[in-house]
Amino acid sequence: MSTLPVQQTSPTFVGMPSFPEAAREALANTQQRDNLRNATHTIRAKRAAVVAEVPEWESLRVAGADAKDEALTHLGDYLEQLEASLTANGATVHWARDADEANAIVVEIARAKGVDEVVKVKSMATQEIELNEALEAAGIAAWETDLAELIVQLFGDRPSHILVPAIHRNRTEIRDVFLREMAKVGRPAPEDLTDEPARLAEAARLHLREKFLRARVAVSGANFAVADTGTLVVVESEGNGRMCLTLPETLISVVGIEKVLPTWDDLAPMLQLLPRSSTGERMNPYTTMWSGVHDGDGPQEVHVVLLDNGRSHVLADTVGRQALRCIRCSACLNVCPVYERTGGHAYGSVYPGPIGAVLNPQLRGTASEVDQSLPYASSLCGACFDACPVRINIPELLVELRGTVAEQGGHRAESAAMKAAAWVLSDPRRLAVAQRGATTAGRLVGDRTVRRVPGLGAWTDARDVPTPPKETFRQWWARERGES
Amino acid sequence: MMVTTPRTDLRVALFATCFNDTMWPETPKATVRLLERLGCRVEFPAAQTCCGQMLTNTGYAGEAVPLVRRFVDVFGDYDAVVAPSGSCVGSVRDQHAMVARRAGDEGLASEVEQVAPRVHELSEFLVDVLGVTDVGAWFPHRVTYHPTCHSLRLLRVGDRPLQLLRAVEGIDLVELPGADECCGFGGTFAMKNSDVSVAMGTDKAAHVAETGAEVVVAGDNSCLAHIGGILGRQGAGIRSLHLAEILASTREEPA
Repeated sequence: MSTLPVQQTSPTFVGMPSFPEAAREALANTQQRDNLRNATHTIRAKRAAVVAEVPEWESLRVAGADAKDEALTHLGDYLEQLEASLTANGATVHWARDADEANAIVVEIARAKGVDEVVKVKSMATQEIELNEALEAAGIAAWETDLAELIVQLFGDRPSHILVPAIHRNRTEIRDVFLREMAKVGRPAPEDLTDEPARLAEAARLHLREKFLRARVAVSGANFAVADTGTLVVVESEGNGRMCLTLPETLISVVGIEKVLPTWDDLAPMLQLLPRSSTGERMNPYTTMWSGVHDGDGPQEVHVVLLDNGRSHVLADTVGRQALRCIRCSACLNVCPVYERTGGHAYGSVYPGPIGAVLNPQLRGTASEVDQSLPYASSLCGACFDACPVRINIPELLVELRGTVAEQGGHRAESAAMKAAAWVLSDPRRLAVAQRGATTAGRLVGDRTVRRVPGLGAWTDARDVPTPPKETFRQWWARERGES
Repeated sequence: MMVTTPRTDLRVALFATCFNDTMWPETPKATVRLLERLGCRVEFPAAQTCCGQMLTNTGYAGEAVPLVRRFVDVFGDYDAVVAPSGSCVGSVRDQHAMVARRAGDEGLASEVEQVAPRVHELSEFLVDVLGVTDVGAWFPHRVTYHPTCHSLRLLRVGDRPLQLLRAVEGIDLVELPGADECCGFGGTFAMKNSDVSVAMGTDKAAHVAETGAEVVVAGDNSCLAHIGGILGRQGAGIRSLHLAEILASTREEPA
């Protein structure tokens, strides 16, 4: 295990229950389950269709993984190159070890500009560090401008998906929150608002427009940071991000250090992999790239905050570091049968789903109950690995992390049971003795159905138990073939 | 019509798997019957125990090292090892080398890499090694096939089981909606996350019931125990059967 610092769990997620407990609550929410099933199945089918039409998909995946691995293997060098390129382009580069440092940098810049509000581009990094809360504490309002993030913000809710953060809400719920909340923070929604998507989008457009035109500072993340050209890239669908990236005079981008790509050419596979994997589109509608400051065009003051916040800790693990390839496309969420049923909140982090189940315990360590439970929040079905555009072997990482959790000795009874099982299974004579328990039960039970077994409630509450046989295969073989 | 060239030249070992050996002996028995019918000489090395998957996947890979050692020692000399379980074969081919390396035993890892390519899931062995799809089976029932995740995504068995099932005489094979979705068993996941596991299994069981099948078939009894356990509790009246048992089924000895 690395001694590099892990990410501090934010106040929002401290004391989160373990995954199975949170999942039980989520499963009981039938409206949310319907919303999630519809949304994940729709996007799953879209992704499958646009991936299937690219014959060289597999080589694109390899190219994407290679570019990321190259960057991660020489991360220090590429970050220094990125800093030099950005600085040469007129940007100011800041380094943040953790969330507190990053938040302090952003607050300080906003204060220096004398503003009481910022507009925000959808960004996972700023959610991770809970920048909005930090700005609010400093008396600065942070307006989310991505439609779904706006919805989540109006609900006072937390995102439950990386790409579609309001996936757990449906149209009617959204109309209601627009009517109820928009007026409190700006232009109200039209009184005759319906739940038609076009009407909802129009209400959001009008509400956001006045913020775009008024704001003097914008905050973003970045999908990619190109080291050789000093270029940041934001990929989006709505154009609201571009409003933020081009209108305000000051732009602050919080960028995880794993976002760096060595060269401009590395964008070629990435810009094909990302939209097809995330929204199921051949190409995303808006790709904004900016390389520092340009006179009279776009923001005249450009800041880039390079954020570690546990990433160096992940990088130090030779198996685990592949999780840093993640480009936040959320394909793994959309194909995950567990995520589909529980939604994102059960994962206790802004990073839910399969990637969250491996990333959070690596970024934050495995001290908390929820982080210890996340590596087990998977049936290891492998759908995530197949869908991942940068070939992160999530099942392999889950198993590896289960090893980390088990080595901590977290589950004493389980550890004893596994050691006992290993002792029995490492010797065929011991196994044969243990099997007598099953065959004895088999003879006692006969052909009856077993509905309850003491201590096996987790199984028998909803499932019958297979009837044990009267004779094991091993016994049959010895009897029939006279060998043993 | 069944066409086979008996492969009596192969020394074939049956890896029954501990789960089948203990709980579902009919499956390895059917495997033996089927392989012998196709002309194979099948041995059951009695020193075999378990692939160790449950230990590895629960976080106890270190405890699985002696089982990996045993597997290599027991099966190392055979031309082919056949197991009626996609999951256990997946564990051997996908995890054994990792378990050895994690324990710092590079020697064992390289021994694993010698053996692993000769370890086959039943449908792979039939189609790829024996080169048969019509195994001379008879099973006059409406059947739907669930491709288990490890068969599908670790072993990439593809449509081999379906090729074999389509050739079964009398079978009415119906497509399972959402077939490639996990049933929710997942080993200890079924216990540690039993609510999610049951939610997944309930959807799978509903899809099975939708097909009007009398029998749900798969290449893993563990997944079938979960799906069948839910169907049983619902009183659905649908049997779950391992692929080996349908392929071994004949007019004389029907499953």
